[in-house]
Amino acid sequence: MTHLETELQQLKSELLTMWGLVASQMSKSLEALVNNDKELASEVVITEKRINSFELKIDRDCENIIALYNPVAVDLRFVLAVMKINTNIERIGDIARSTAKFVVKSTSSYDQYILEKTRLLEIYEEACDLVEDSRESFEKENPDIARKIFMRDELLDEINKGAPKVIAEIIRDNPANIEQCLDILSTIRRLERSGDQCKNIAEEIIFYIEAKVLKHLPKSQKRNS
Amino acid sequence: MYKLRSENVNVHYGDFHAIKDVSLDVEKNSVTAFIGPSGCGKSTFLRLYNRMNDYIEGFKKTGKIYFDDVEIYDSKIHIEGLRKKIGMVFQKPNPFPKSIYENVVYGLRIQGMKNKKMLDEVVENSLKRVALWDEVKDDLKKSAFALSGGQQQRLCIARTLAVEPSVLLMDEPTSALDPISTAKLEELIYELKQNFTIIIVTHNMQQAARISDKTAFFYLGELVELNDTKEIFTNPKKERTQNYITGRFG
Repeated sequence: MTHLETELQQLKSELLTMWGLVASQMSKSLEALVNNDKELASEVVITEKRINSFELKIDRDCENIIALYNPVAVDLRFVLAVMKINTNIERIGDIARSTAKFVVKSTSSYDQYILEKTRLLEIYEEACDLVEDSRESFEKENPDIARKIFMRDELLDEINKGAPKVIAEIIRDNPANIEQCLDILSTIRRLERSGDQCKNIAEEIIFYIEAKVLKHLPKSQKRNS
Repeated sequence: MYKLRSENVNVHYGDFHAIKDVSLDVEKNSVTAFIGPSGCGKSTFLRLYNRMNDYIEGFKKTGKIYFDDVEIYDSKIHIEGLRKKIGMVFQKPNPFPKSIYENVVYGLRIQGMKNKKMLDEVVENSLKRVALWDEVKDDLKKSAFALSGGQQQRLCIARTLAVEPSVLLMDEPTSALDPISTAKLEELIYELKQNFTIIIVTHNMQQAARISDKTAFFYLGELVELNDTKEIFTNPKKERTQNYITGRFG
């Protein structure tokens, strides 16, 4: 194995560790929300700093590899993809922290009726799965898993699209829940955004493995290209 | 428009099959880099263009090579005339043991040019083209050996340019130079391609990436891949090319 290959392996390993941590942050923030577990939510908020450190370290490692090893072809695509995936994963980490912050400051558990009507838990679970699956796609260098993400993101879009109307109805029926409703709407929007981040990541994985640029293509073309 | 074309070229040195059925076209006013491990045939192929291999024992070539649509291995071709049109720069600077001025005008003197004013003009223009004029204009009578390695190499290019070739063949022209001289020569190659067709053999992959428009990867006498340099270095089509440029060869 060349020196560069060792560096790239190490970079991959670092990114996967960070990715695993973000996946764990996502599932913990969901658990904290369901159980109104403030302690777990606080843990998520604090752990976010570790993710930020990972991001900085990976950025610096990418910069060093480009400067010192002049990677080309698949190696260059790998480093470029890692840089972008790194940014996207860090943002997903921010989303987990934001949800956890709501739990920390909330005065009561989330109303089960609102959770069901808004499909918050459904979108949350799907968002967590997308993070896990994109990680698996990267780890196994499997672009087929990445391609499926383009389709699955549609569920997140659908729930997000319907949420304002559902929330408006709930607020009309029970204005006392307005604060909780706004938190949930905000969370749904963020989770929809995490789906977009996973789509971006999937594009980068395909770019790295197959040298295909899928950015800004319609979904149907992304799936089939 | 292609300046040089090759069709199914094979080269043997005795029993050794050095070039295997290579077809390769070179565009006018472009830089093409030949890359590949030692012994892959890239220098042999470069030297075919001005028939430098002709005198090597056991050399045998089949296939066709065209320069401006004229077959250069045709029996009617005048080799010295061909080399005037297709100049060569070697790995190690090889100035003659003469003054800077005499090095530049050497080819013209052999051709019988005696007009001092014209020779002076050629010297100035050639040295300006290689960005050496400002550095040596007050010392033209100084021995060429007094110049630095980078200056000597630029002088050798000026000497080649003085006879007005249209193609420049460069066989690892910077491998004996320091990084500053290398950078100057790379800038020069970039400038020269406006008026010349350049083919460069290099072991420095980053150099190939920086200065060439097209890159040809040779391996064991075969042309594995020829493509735009940007494609070769970002998305090579052949696995052997990828393995070579990423250092995973063998």
